[in-house]
Amino acid sequence: MSIKSEPVVVNLGPQHPSTHGVLRLRVTFDGEIIKDVEPVFGYLHRGSEKLAEERNYTQVVTLTDRLDYVSSMINNQAYCLAVEKLGGIPVPERGQYLRVIAAELQRIASHLISTGFLLQDLGALGTPLMYCFRDREEILQLFEMLCGARITVSYMRPGGVFSDAPNDFWPALNNFLKEMPKRLEELENLVVGNEILLIRTREVAKLDQDYAINNSVSGPVLRSTGIAWDWRKLEPYDVYDELQFDVPVGKNGDNYDRFWIRIEEMKQSLRILNQCVKKIPKGEVRSNVPFVIRPPVGAEAYGRVESPKGELGFYLVSDGSIAPYRCKVRSPSLINLTILRKLLINWKLADMIVTMGSIDINMGEVDR
Amino acid sequence: MKSITGKELSTLLASFKNELGLSINNDSIIVSPETIIEVCKFLKEDPKSSFDYLNSITAVDYIDRFEIIYHICSTKFRKQTVLRVTLFGREDLSIPSVVNIWNGADYQEREIWDLMGIFFNGHPNMKRLLLWEGFPGHPLRKDFVDTRKT
Repeated sequence: MSIKSEPVVVNLGPQHPSTHGVLRLRVTFDGEIIKDVEPVFGYLHRGSEKLAEERNYTQVVTLTDRLDYVSSMINNQAYCLAVEKLGGIPVPERGQYLRVIAAELQRIASHLISTGFLLQDLGALGTPLMYCFRDREEILQLFEMLCGARITVSYMRPGGVFSDAPNDFWPALNNFLKEMPKRLEELENLVVGNEILLIRTREVAKLDQDYAINNSVSGPVLRSTGIAWDWRKLEPYDVYDELQFDVPVGKNGDNYDRFWIRIEEMKQSLRILNQCVKKIPKGEVRSNVPFVIRPPVGAEAYGRVESPKGELGFYLVSDGSIAPYRCKVRSPSLINLTILRKLLINWKLADMIVTMGSIDINMGEVDR
Repeated sequence: MKSITGKELSTLLASFKNELGLSINNDSIIVSPETIIEVCKFLKEDPKSSFDYLNSITAVDYIDRFEIIYHICSTKFRKQTVLRVTLFGREDLSIPSVVNIWNGADYQEREIWDLMGIFFNGHPNMKRLLLWEGFPGHPLRKDFVDTRKT
């Protein structure tokens, strides 16, 4: 006698500890095997693009903090680059260096969160995540010295940064740069090469390079398929063209490569920070920009950076008034989710949790 | 990353077809809604251009018209360009979907339908992305009235 069976539709989220925010997935299961996935967005939609149209160019900086709230510095940078392109605003060199320092610290913080939660999703409850959070805490304290805030920093302004780093910032940063490589090594010894990690992530949810490009995937997810696609190299902004760093690329495009690339990128970020500390010149941190900026009528600009998640872009249109006429956010988290269906189908529920962790999304940025 | 200007792009396209309804801008070309599929397909598949990566699609409401802006680039030649489509009118707007050419357009086109109210013909799953079905109006339009404020 055969047992009658049929696919079951399960709602995962919007409140679920493994979905990294309020993402809801409608998953069709055949037993434990995933047959179909449909993401449902919008639970954190705040209308940032509409809100930006009623604020002046400087005030919009505070809205960008709240997009990807674990990498606020980099959101600030992307927005400020777009405004500078729009209004032809110069940035003093010290301001550019301070931006790069803040952005690379933020990249390490964001990758630490991603790595920690991926390991948590794999069942390494507690220890690795706490190690990552311990190190991230030091970065947040450095941000507190820079601008008084830890998460929603609003440190950058069109034309530079809003204040110079205080004197006690530099010893603290040097101390961090001395300690961090040891801690990364500790984390690596703890997890990379661990048999459970390898079995659970290698060859799981593989991504093909052509498919990834066709789906506009960016960031570590695209680089894991073997293409060195990094906007810091492709279109250097701020002072990235004066700094030496490599772009780590993977081979297989599986979960392990995506995890490994983030660890390698943290090392490269430390390398960039070490160069910045040596090279940073004295001088002004912000060019002379009025609080209320009025770019020319009809000007349009697309500013983009390599955020920890991928290509983060701001498309601004000016009508000559004090507020942007249109402020579009090209969010990497949303577009990286296009491949979700392809990655998950025919894998099991437990692999789905790990794959979600390895894509590294942030719902503040997906829903905006 | 090298930017291709509108003039260079039109010479690239000239080998493909002469009458496409293009007009040249400084940094981009303006394509008519009827030919956007043909132009995109050519730009992606032609070995000399091979624009295989769609960065972003933006829609802007200029009150008398809507503009849809495609930022595309080529991973092979490391160059980028911009295509623009202008749509006139405010009711029942639609444009062919490029999702069969670049699948990365999937969520972005749904988002534009949701927030700007431009329908993409030929999209396999044209539903609202961020707001719920039955939400009144399209909030990124300039004439949208927030009922909570009035």
